[in-house]
Amino acid sequence: MKEDTSTVNILDKVTKGEDSENEIKMKIARLLSQLDLHLLNHSLKHISLEISLNPTSVKNDIEMLKNFSGKGEQTVLESISYTSDYEFSNGCRAPPWRQIHGEICYVLVKPHDVETLCITCSAEGVFLNGGKTDNEGEINYERKGEIYKDLVTFLKEKSAKFSENMSKQEKRFSDKKEKKEPTNEPPEKEEAAPVQKAITGSGKRTLEKNQINFGKSQMTKRLEPSLRWKATVRFKEYRSLLRDPQEEKHRRRPERSGPPVKPGRAQLVRKSTEKIEEIVSESSSESEEDEEPLDRQEANADLPSEYWQIQKLVKYLKGGNQTATVIALCSMKDFNLAQETCQLAIRDVGGLEVLINLLDTDEVKCKIGSLKILKEISHNPQIRRNIVDLGGLPVMVNTLDSPHKSLKCLAAETIANVAKFRRARQAVRRYGGITKLVALLHCGKSSAELAQSSLYDARDVEVARCGALALWSCSKSYTNKEAIRKAGGIPLLARLLKTSHENMLIPVVGTLQECASEENYRAAIKAERIIENLVKNLNSENEQLQEHCAMAIYQCAEDKETRDLVRLHGGLKRLASLLDNTDNKERLAAVTGAIWKCSISKENVTKFREYKAIETLVGLLTDQPEEVLVNVVGALGECCQDYENRVLVRKCGGIPPLVNLLVGVNQALLVNVTKAVGACAVEPESMMIIDRLDGVRLLWSLLKNPHPEVKASAAWALCPCIQNTKDAGEMVRSFVGGLELVVNLLKSDNKEVLASVCAAITNIAKDQENLAVITDRGVVPLLSKLANTNNDKLRRHLAEAISHCCMWGRNRVAFGEYKAVAPLVHYLKSDDPNVHRATAQALYQLSEDADNCVTIHENGAVKRRKMENLFENCHLCQRKVETHLRCVARSARDGSGSAAGVMPHGLHRWKCSVCTVTRRGSKDASSQ
Amino acid sequence: MNYGISDNPRHVGLELGYLRTLQCVEATLDMDQKTLKKLVESISNTVKNFKKSEVECLIRLFHSLVERANVRLNNLGLDRNAFRAILHSVFGMTDDMLMNRVFFVFDKDHDNCINVKEWVKGLSVFLRGTFEEKLKFCFEVYYLNGDGYISREEIFDMLKNSLHQQSSEEENDEGIKELVDITLKKMDYDNDGKISFADFEKAVREERLLLEVFGPCLPETKIQCQ
Repeated sequence: MKEDTSTVNILDKVTKGEDSENEIKMKIARLLSQLDLHLLNHSLKHISLEISLNPTSVKNDIEMLKNFSGKGEQTVLESISYTSDYEFSNGCRAPPWRQIHGEICYVLVKPHDVETLCITCSAEGVFLNGGKTDNEGEINYERKGEIYKDLVTFLKEKSAKFSENMSKQEKRFSDKKEKKEPTNEPPEKEEAAPVQKAITGSGKRTLEKNQINFGKSQMTKRLEPSLRWKATVRFKEYRSLLRDPQEEKHRRRPERSGPPVKPGRAQLVRKSTEKIEEIVSESSSESEEDEEPLDRQEANADLPSEYWQIQKLVKYLKGGNQTATVIALCSMKDFNLAQETCQLAIRDVGGLEVLINLLDTDEVKCKIGSLKILKEISHNPQIRRNIVDLGGLPVMVNTLDSPHKSLKCLAAETIANVAKFRRARQAVRRYGGITKLVALLHCGKSSAELAQSSLYDARDVEVARCGALALWSCSKSYTNKEAIRKAGGIPLLARLLKTSHENMLIPVVGTLQECASEENYRAAIKAERIIENLVKNLNSENEQLQEHCAMAIYQCAEDKETRDLVRLHGGLKRLASLLDNTDNKERLAAVTGAIWKCSISKENVTKFREYKAIETLVGLLTDQPEEVLVNVVGALGECCQDYENRVLVRKCGGIPPLVNLLVGVNQALLVNVTKAVGACAVEPESMMIIDRLDGVRLLWSLLKNPHPEVKASAAWALCPCIQNTKDAGEMVRSFVGGLELVVNLLKSDNKEVLASVCAAITNIAKDQENLAVITDRGVVPLLSKLANTNNDKLRRHLAEAISHCCMWGRNRVAFGEYKAVAPLVHYLKSDDPNVHRATAQALYQLSEDADNCVTIHENGAVKRRKMENLFENCHLCQRKVETHLRCVARSARDGSGSAAGVMPHGLHRWKCSVCTVTRRGSKDASSQ
Repeated sequence: MNYGISDNPRHVGLELGYLRTLQCVEATLDMDQKTLKKLVESISNTVKNFKKSEVECLIRLFHSLVERANVRLNNLGLDRNAFRAILHSVFGMTDDMLMNRVFFVFDKDHDNCINVKEWVKGLSVFLRGTFEEKLKFCFEVYYLNGDGYISREEIFDMLKNSLHQQSSEEENDEGIKELVDITLKKMDYDNDGKISFADFEKAVREERLLLEVFGPCLPETKIQCQ
């Protein structure tokens, strides 16, 4: 130990002058440190064998976690508590008979995102136990999961929220320079463990190897791995006096063994010093467990050599003139800036601030150099956030005004990288960036020159390209889309679209595609005749460009005129031909999406058939990712509205794969699949195939899907299935509980679901036996409850369902009793002729009951004139309605004659005689 | 895409704007027209970057400058001080050592005086130089002892003022030394401890910012773009 301190003293002296170190002193220091290492290594071999969790460390862990638990988003856990309040004298809380097994205590933990966990802390580690048993709160001591080395590691594995908040806490506290912050303890321990293992594994080789791996895993595992670096740097400055000098020295050393030493050697030295650091910290970990955990954590940090080199460069950025700054910037650029280590290193040594400050100077070269680095490192999400936090965006936005074109380009490109998250996009907008970016699109050329792209100055094109790139990133948020539009971006984008620079077209089309989600844009896109150019660029060889064009068409083709434009400009053929290349899935998804939306127009469907797209689409029903499948199935669903296509799909064997897709889980896909299957089911021959594949059962089971859209779509698809199956009634009955399921869906609060279910009930009710079943299940009151709606689609199908359900037992009377009649009469005020037709049919059925007749009259008498007018248009119903009205009028007259609404016998008889005649007539009409 | 900075602006007369600000060209009207024509002709044959009219302008300017600066030199040319004054006031250069070096590069025949041919030739690189010309020019500015290499010591010399004064001179020197190491690591591709023209060219081609790596020796770039 004496020897040790002497080493320390020498090192201490050397440490004094940090920058002006002496070669000889260094050599001695190194030799001594090697000796030091050897000694420590030896002693550690023994110590490490005995290391395991002990009650004190567990207790500390839990106390620490308690401090950071509670309600709210910021805490790491919701709650953490012991199962037992009694603590034995040895610090354990487990009952003595369990202590024999090394168990220390049991903890109940409730993380934010997981169920309450019951955890055993034992000397070997931490694991999940069987939980509290119901009786008497006993604990099931059985181990249920893997053993983790400590509580924090365990929780990090189990709860994502925990690890996220944990790293936030760490950040907060390291920033505040809180000295004795318990939060920082767990990471330290976490790191300590692998080192332990490394050392117990003994043998220098393994030790080193593990260290390297360990460093790496640290990088990836921890969210903010390098925060500790910052801590290291800062803490060193004011801690050195407080800390045990021994450790302090070890930590400092790597810094000093910088450039003057040849790289290879430096590495060696560093390695050895690192080893010492770890070992030193390890050996002390038992004795001073609780105090200043941060320090050991620093000592453990396995800092890559790049870190020190970058730190040095940043020093030159800070303290150098323009020449030194440019050299430092160029040298920094030589690091692998795509690597996270370097990106974070730049940040952690305070490089980001300097780089951003440089943008505020007048030195063009410095600005360019700085932006070149920022552009690269801003690929890292963390760095992006830091740049925004440090106020980098306003400076970059200002740089867009620079007369220097390359500066503009770089600034725009960096903004494109940074503006990948909402806050950044907001900031760009707030500092007026959108307007400036849109201004970059001007290219400084008139549109006449634009056409002759050869005259184009390559730099102007580049500026416009970068501008478009930045706009592309920014256009992901709604307000920015508006801002771009208001800044006059659309005509400029449209103009750029006419050029032939592929590099530029991609961001331009990308922006348009992003923005096309807005109605305003779609209108503008149509107005600026952008579709034509989109179609043209679809013919490009560049796959990315094709993809974005197809995406844009997909977005815009909701609009009928746009669909027609795509056809007129010959885009359909290209789309169909692009289906042949299935390797690029993103593009395939975009292309199929465009086809789907385009095929909403009948004319387009005809074209697609001409181009043999239907066959290809059917071929794409298997072995494709879901994004593609959704679109393919959607397209087929639209195409199958045509008779010929239905036949085609059947002949190509499209039905089995479609039915197979009914078992999926993807909501969008299920909606489309059900629709497509429904479309196919219109064809009796196809229906036979569907039936054979048990498709109806699958559809039926989708009624249980949690997503209302899927439910509705499945119910719609069931309608043609029931219509076109021979023994539909029998089939429906064969689904156990199926009818009950359908009836219960009437309790849904989604209008689309209700409408679709009503349609299904209409079809089900055509079978008398089934009608009886659903009547038993209470269909009448449920339907009646729905009657008060103003949704025309629902009204129509509800009225149809009611009219069909009237055919059983005393349902007619029941509808009257449940007050469904009066609202039905009001449906006649709707503007939708379909609603009128269905309502008339329903009222006609209902009016067979005298009470209902009165109700109809009471609610409809005033509107009678109107009813007649409305029904003039509706030939199918006219006759029915006339008779019906006569009947109603008559019954009312007689009814009003009778004082208290008791039906005079005569009325009933009269009505019956008229209605029976007409009913027969109308029944014939509807069955035709 | 290359984001280098010093591209040739193709706006005729833009750079001459600086020169005009200095004084009126007409000051040398007393010059013999015939001699002038001849001179213009001969210079234009060697200097391709300027139009004849521009060459003429530059010659007139040269004479006016010479007249103003030093009559005793018998209109032979600009001496070092006069030239430095021009570099400072017109081109915004501040570093004395670099200005000296620029002077030596302009002064091809090493007579410590820039004659009219050297003047026009030098300015052609200065103002209209292609990338290659500028590359060569900068390299010439940076190597001093004529061995065709920029040595470690020379770099140290050029960079010694590049750090803001730190606490001690020793510390400052240390910092510069490291900066020199960094530069050599970056630019000395053949690892011979000095920078050859090939090294320099390679480095600059990779990163245009390195063109004026050891200090500004070309007209300021920001003016070019205005």
